[in-house]
Amino acid sequence: MQVPLSWYLIVAAALFCIGLYGALSRRNAIAILMGVELMLNSVNINLLAFWRHVEIVRGMLSGQVFAIIVITVAAAEAAVGLALVIAVYRTRKTVDVEDVDLMKL
Amino acid sequence: MVVTQVIFIILSAVALIGALGVVLSRNLFHAAIFLVLSFVGVAGFYVLLEAEFLAMIQILVYVGAISILIIFAIMLSRRLMSPDFRASNEQWLWALVAAVALFAILVIVLIQVDWPVAQAEVPSDTLVELGKALVDPGQYLLVFEVASVLLLVALVGAVIVARER
Amino acid sequence: MDFILNFWVELGAWAQDVLFGWGLPVWAVNLISDFVGVLILLVIGVMAVLIFTPMERKVIARMQDRPGPNRVWPYGLLQALADAIKMLTKEDITPRHADRALHMLAPLIVAIPALLVYAVLPWGPNIIGKDLNVGVLYIVAIGAFHVIALIIAGWGSKNKYSLLSAFRVVNQLLAYEIPMVFCILSVILFSKTMSTQGIVEAQTIPYFVVMPVAGMIFLICAMAEANRSPVDLLEADSEMVAGYMIEYSGMKFAMFFIAEYVNMFAAAIIISTLFLGGYKFFGLENLAPVLTPVIVFCKAAFVIFCMLWFRATFPRVRFDHLIGFAWKFLVPLAMVNLLLSALVVKIPVENARVEPWVQGAVMLVGNLIVIVVTGFILNRSARGLEDAPALKRIVAVER
Repeated sequence: MQVPLSWYLIVAAALFCIGLYGALSRRNAIAILMGVELMLNSVNINLLAFWRHVEIVRGMLSGQVFAIIVITVAAAEAAVGLALVIAVYRTRKTVDVEDVDLMKL
Repeated sequence: MVVTQVIFIILSAVALIGALGVVLSRNLFHAAIFLVLSFVGVAGFYVLLEAEFLAMIQILVYVGAISILIIFAIMLSRRLMSPDFRASNEQWLWALVAAVALFAILVIVLIQVDWPVAQAEVPSDTLVELGKALVDPGQYLLVFEVASVLLLVALVGAVIVARER
Repeated sequence: MDFILNFWVELGAWAQDVLFGWGLPVWAVNLISDFVGVLILLVIGVMAVLIFTPMERKVIARMQDRPGPNRVWPYGLLQALADAIKMLTKEDITPRHADRALHMLAPLIVAIPALLVYAVLPWGPNIIGKDLNVGVLYIVAIGAFHVIALIIAGWGSKNKYSLLSAFRVVNQLLAYEIPMVFCILSVILFSKTMSTQGIVEAQTIPYFVVMPVAGMIFLICAMAEANRSPVDLLEADSEMVAGYMIEYSGMKFAMFFIAEYVNMFAAAIIISTLFLGGYKFFGLENLAPVLTPVIVFCKAAFVIFCMLWFRATFPRVRFDHLIGFAWKFLVPLAMVNLLLSALVVKIPVENARVEPWVQGAVMLVGNLIVIVVTGFILNRSARGLEDAPALKRIVAVER
């Protein structure tokens, strides 16, 4: 408890914004996925910080359960996303998202 | 400055430097290694928050599986480096503005809110209670089962999508 | 007399009293004692290399009816020192087109996960680095770092054989982690705790007797994870020409070498903790707790002897056989074992508490049934294989 809650939230916000910049500004599809993973990690820090500081006094565990489910969903999403990247690479020979724009107007 | 605060600052430096390395590296493999560093920093945060089971799960799933997936995808999709290879696309400036603006808004709001913080000790049988909560029909059993179905679907889907034709 | 019997604990308490007597505050005493504890664990870990390198070469040599190294000191027991001097004096080469940062990073981080495991291994009733209540999960998680370090080594050398070896590393190490985790889960079901000390305390009967199937599966998986023959395809000369270690020479190669032996010793202690009863030896740990590290060391040495025995006896398996063995044979077998232990542990919950030896006996019977049924299934599928045309020709020629 010597580390105040707001410190955790600020670090989580910083991690989220760095991940957001990575997801918005990179050309490589895998780098975008890495930005998304950073954002999911920051959300987990948020959840656990709130569990530790606010929820534990009521004896509930929903913060930890939610964080476990977020990790599970992140693993599933990374698997499918990377499978898609590999499939696109195999047909189009590129992982640059600027080049995969067939459906653009 | 208490010891835990010093440790918190060190861990946040590790996590944030890792994150910056991910988004600013030109070499994709270096970005993956920085991502692993960031995950380790976040696992340190979980230990500091006295959720050590989550910290071990974080290392096991993120460092042990997702990072290896990402590194494999990088290794399998190597293309010849073209001379005009740029790491960022043409909207990087707007992305930077958006990220910094979002961070500023979040920090301003977060500092001003009076959070209902409570001083409480973490009970020593959190692990047992967590296990019971995940299979208790009155608590989180449905979430647990849906998550396992999600993992099955993702597994089958990833194999089918990435299959050689 | 009590001082001698409880020697290690009393030594620690006496050292802390000395530090207090010098007038240091509490936090400084704690810091110094933690630091000294970490130092001791690191020294024990690296001592493993010194002791087990000559042991391996002498034991395998004796099994092959030859003398083994016998130049360095009587009976060649200081061979590791000679190896260390040789490796220190070799030229340190980095390939010109290799990624310098990654090439240098890999040997730095490859020994770290192997040494980190020593923090949760119990050497006695009160002698442990830190009794985490998620101890075995920590061990499994730290094993994942080893994979990342080897991938960095394989990629950073910019050599196509290194890269092929990195692919094989991921394949093999991840495939054999799954049955390992299933076996650990079976042990946790029986001992009802994840802390390593708790598992040792809960073993009134060693778990290898209770579930030999899980013990054998775990031994095979630990050997595959530690990259030992007959499953050492990642760095075998005939397969990969030293695999991810091709471009490394001198001290960097020595780091990989050290990491492998530290990993092997840690795996042996983990096997003895989970399946052989850890520091327990028919009540000797209650009479003379000073002997518990010796007991742990003897059990680990026995497990390493079994690993060396495997190495000297079996030929190397082919890679697709290796992976098929893990996914198609070990994973279903470990799952069956997990289901069996769940049934045995959880069904008699409504009645009074069942005696541990009854649970153990029922589990042992279940395991023997599993072994017999597996033997039948393998027999029938092998008989089906004899009808394959290629095998028919081989069998006909032999006759």
